[in-house]
Amino acid sequence: MSVLVYVENADGKFKKSTFEVVSYAAAIAELLKTELIAISIGNVNQDDLSTLGKYGAKRVLNASTENLKTFVNQAYASVIAEAAKKEEAAVVVLANSFTGKGLSPRVAVKLKAGLVDAAVELPKTDNNTFTVKRTAFSGKAFATVELNSEIKVIALNPNSYQLKESESSANIEDFKPDFKESDFRTMVSEIVRSSDKIALPDAELVVSAGRGMKGPENWAMIEELAKVLGAATACSKPVSDAGWRPHEEHVGQTGIAVSPNLYIAIGISGAIQHLAGISSSKIIVVINKDPEAPFFKVADYGIVGDAFEILPKLINAIKAYKAHA
Amino acid sequence: MKILVCVSNVPDTTAKITFNSDNTQFNTAGVQFILNPYDEIALARAIELTEGGKGTVTIIHVGEISSEPTIRKALALGADDAVRINASARDSYFVSAQIAHYAKNNGFDIILTGRESSDYNGSQIAAMLGEFLDIPSISIIKKLEIEADRASIVREIEGGKEHLTVSFPFVASCAEGVAEPKIPNMRGIMSARTKPLEVLDAIDIAQLITFKSYSVPAPRGSVTLLSQDEPEKLIGLLHTEAKVI
Repeated sequence: MSVLVYVENADGKFKKSTFEVVSYAAAIAELLKTELIAISIGNVNQDDLSTLGKYGAKRVLNASTENLKTFVNQAYASVIAEAAKKEEAAVVVLANSFTGKGLSPRVAVKLKAGLVDAAVELPKTDNNTFTVKRTAFSGKAFATVELNSEIKVIALNPNSYQLKESESSANIEDFKPDFKESDFRTMVSEIVRSSDKIALPDAELVVSAGRGMKGPENWAMIEELAKVLGAATACSKPVSDAGWRPHEEHVGQTGIAVSPNLYIAIGISGAIQHLAGISSSKIIVVINKDPEAPFFKVADYGIVGDAFEILPKLINAIKAYKAHA
Repeated sequence: MKILVCVSNVPDTTAKITFNSDNTQFNTAGVQFILNPYDEIALARAIELTEGGKGTVTIIHVGEISSEPTIRKALALGADDAVRINASARDSYFVSAQIAHYAKNNGFDIILTGRESSDYNGSQIAAMLGEFLDIPSISIIKKLEIEADRASIVREIEGGKEHLTVSFPFVASCAEGVAEPKIPNMRGIMSARTKPLEVLDAIDIAQLITFKSYSVPAPRGSVTLLSQDEPEKLIGLLHTEAKVI
């Protein structure tokens, strides 16, 4: 028996969200009194692979053949399922990232395994049951789901589990999967990443703005605030619907859900659909000129006032703070 | 070109979410159900792609008779016909196994879903269908263009976009950007009443997961209000009290 974790990379590098899933999977392995094995697919260098040991992986299976260099959903799912079978994995853990959302359901079907995605806590194993808590109803609630299958697949939400580090490194083994020609029917032609921006879904700090900003020409202030803080930028639905900001910045019930440590909402009233997407944020700061804005009811800190006056002051205050820190 | 669009019936986005007294079931009293907003995007694109006799759009839904208004809405938006698998939508594995069974027997070039349902937020159906049918699945797409028997697709990834091509048949789950949701017109609403809606029995599928209980997020403490002239104080509190910067 073992626990298997898929370690996703972006252009050959692991991100914090990957270390989170390894830490999380290591805790599950401990709970089940077994060892954690990681499976890496694509091109990651040996040093980066062995650092997975720091987060609890004992062994790393490295599948890095030429045809696996770019992501092919079907093929990657086959590799993960094959590794799970070989290592007799009782639990397979993945990140609930864009890529993980495409992989975990395929892996689950291949292994006839129950799947819990959007998981937010460690499983509980009382009275011979295995339950996992996940978000539901667009962040308005949580559901506790029991997995009845022999093999279980869990996809963990970003920023839901603390990193745990220790001083060990992992053994790396080459993994040569059996391929099916039919697993390679999609072809990636191009990957475009904006290098100077922080990705929103797994961002720790988020600066978000709404219609109160009056127009897209006023976003320079929002971007500057995000830049000095080291935060990702986000927006409300009316803003992305009006084309002021791209759709991928839209946070809320029909956009994406985020769970950062800090969410700063500027000029957003706080409609129930928006709040659904941000309810797992640890700390919420609201800046709004309307003291009756519903967003203040869920905020930790609030400033009632004009964003156009507050933002320059706030940006300067952060610059001063960063200069001292 | 034959397109199958999978739709689900979800609580209205403004609905307050509550549960029964022992927190084991969603309380549907007073809740309005709607066509899942993401599925509307998938449907809108399917209709655009088949306009002018270029193909047909079939709606499939796994659910009980109570969700027929949602299916009729999808027909009013322009789908040609619909299928309802008559069973409670227990979980994603069950639902996708039912849809895969139907799709296998009827043959489709493209199967579209919304990126997730806004109730249980599983974004699982598209990829599970792909696996059951052993065809490619692309999750959370932002753009879908068709040329002959291939599609060029843009998929969202963390901090960027991936461009890819795939040949028929395939499954994709659609997010904002793929199409603008449409509003049904009078002619659509009238014709929806008479469009074919086939009701089929579900096949037996093993139950791998069970939803045991629900909870709502813990209420937050009250807000600390600061004057707009003291941004330093906010920074100080975020550093020393909240410890987030």
